[in-house]
Amino acid sequence: MSYLELRDVSRVYGEGAAEVHALRRIELSVDAGSLVAVMGASGSGKSTLLTIAGSLEDPSSGEVYVGGRPLSSFSRNGKARLRRQSIGYVFQDYNLLAGLSAVENVSLPLELDGVAARKAQAAALEALEDFGLSDRASSYPDQLSGGERQRVAIARAVVGGRELLLADEPSGALDSTNAEAVMRLILAACHRGLAAVVVTHDAQLASWADRVVFLRDGRIVDQTLPVESPDALLAELPNQ
Amino acid sequence: MSIRHALLALLSEGPKYGLQLRQEFEVRTGEVWPLNVGQVYTTLRRLERDGLVESDDAADEGPHKSFRITEEGEDELAVWLRTPPDFSSPPRDELVIKVLVALGLPGVDVHEVVQVHRRYLVELMQQWTRLKEDESRFDLNFALVVDAELFRLDSLIRWLDMADGRLKRAAVEGDAPVPQAFPLPRSRRKVGVKP
Repeated sequence: MSYLELRDVSRVYGEGAAEVHALRRIELSVDAGSLVAVMGASGSGKSTLLTIAGSLEDPSSGEVYVGGRPLSSFSRNGKARLRRQSIGYVFQDYNLLAGLSAVENVSLPLELDGVAARKAQAAALEALEDFGLSDRASSYPDQLSGGERQRVAIARAVVGGRELLLADEPSGALDSTNAEAVMRLILAACHRGLAAVVVTHDAQLASWADRVVFLRDGRIVDQTLPVESPDALLAELPNQ
Repeated sequence: MSIRHALLALLSEGPKYGLQLRQEFEVRTGEVWPLNVGQVYTTLRRLERDGLVESDDAADEGPHKSFRITEEGEDELAVWLRTPPDFSSPPRDELVIKVLVALGLPGVDVHEVVQVHRRYLVELMQQWTRLKEDESRFDLNFALVVDAELFRLDSLIRWLDMADGRLKRAAVEGDAPVPQAFPLPRSRRKVGVKP
């Protein structure tokens, strides 16, 4: 079942001659438990798609459904609550708060949502443990490597049983080994039932997804077919 | 992949039988490149003829014949390991040819041609990445083979992305996106079309 759906979504900035169509008639659905990658060049509309999917921005036309409910039916406060409770964001530059430790960064969204500090901290420690970071819980962002910072950011994005993860070039600043580790964590979260959208220009990142959607000049121009079994690849290799 | 040098490498660890060499070759290459036993014995006979390996009994051709590397074989292996493969001339690249041909054809949207290939390559990468997901079969050798394939496919996609961007800019700037409009040095014209 689709957890996120964009139906006929367009986004236009400016007016008249200065009009820019950032997104044109986007149709996209993401099931719970699946990972969808959106690939496209800079300026293709990837980040706009993500901010609209995450209710940070409204579409000019069309509708976004999260958990089956249209975002247009939510009040401003209702959208803020939905973001705190159900949607996690991961950015290329981590967006961790420098003055807070790893565990405080992860527990912050829960506390902002009214969860008692002790309970929030326990949930945050559990999330950090899941991501192999329990020994870094007290470290501050500037004491962590880039890979560790992004793992903390993903823990913060999924803590508290969120159902939708939206990631914008989540490994853009990382080397290949750490980038792979980040994608493994996102995939593991999807296997636990999370719906995830990763926007990227990087094919190696996108190849972890169940489906890859190609965006060009604000339009979805193509998408991959369901992933075939890799065993056929090995069977077809020539005998050397 | 040079089976000859791979067998020398395995024998540099100590004497081995033919069947053992076949099995170890497959394990070391992540079981991605199967090798038939006939190829192993043919290669071993040539190595022996060239003085790079020797066997305990030249007359016995059975499965229990043991081979060991000679000093000349060790030297040959050391030179081979440090000799870079020949990347100096661009290979014949069908993908490059197709995009270059599409540029000059009336009624063909080259961006659509690029996207068809991009999608295919991403789908292939998804299959290779699935192999990484199953960590039970993901030992170090297999990981290196899969990574190499993923980086190769990724480099093709990056070239397609670059080509797409160049063509888009050329269209905006009003340059005709046909090869004749961009005369290249003679040596560069060979790119992708070498027989």
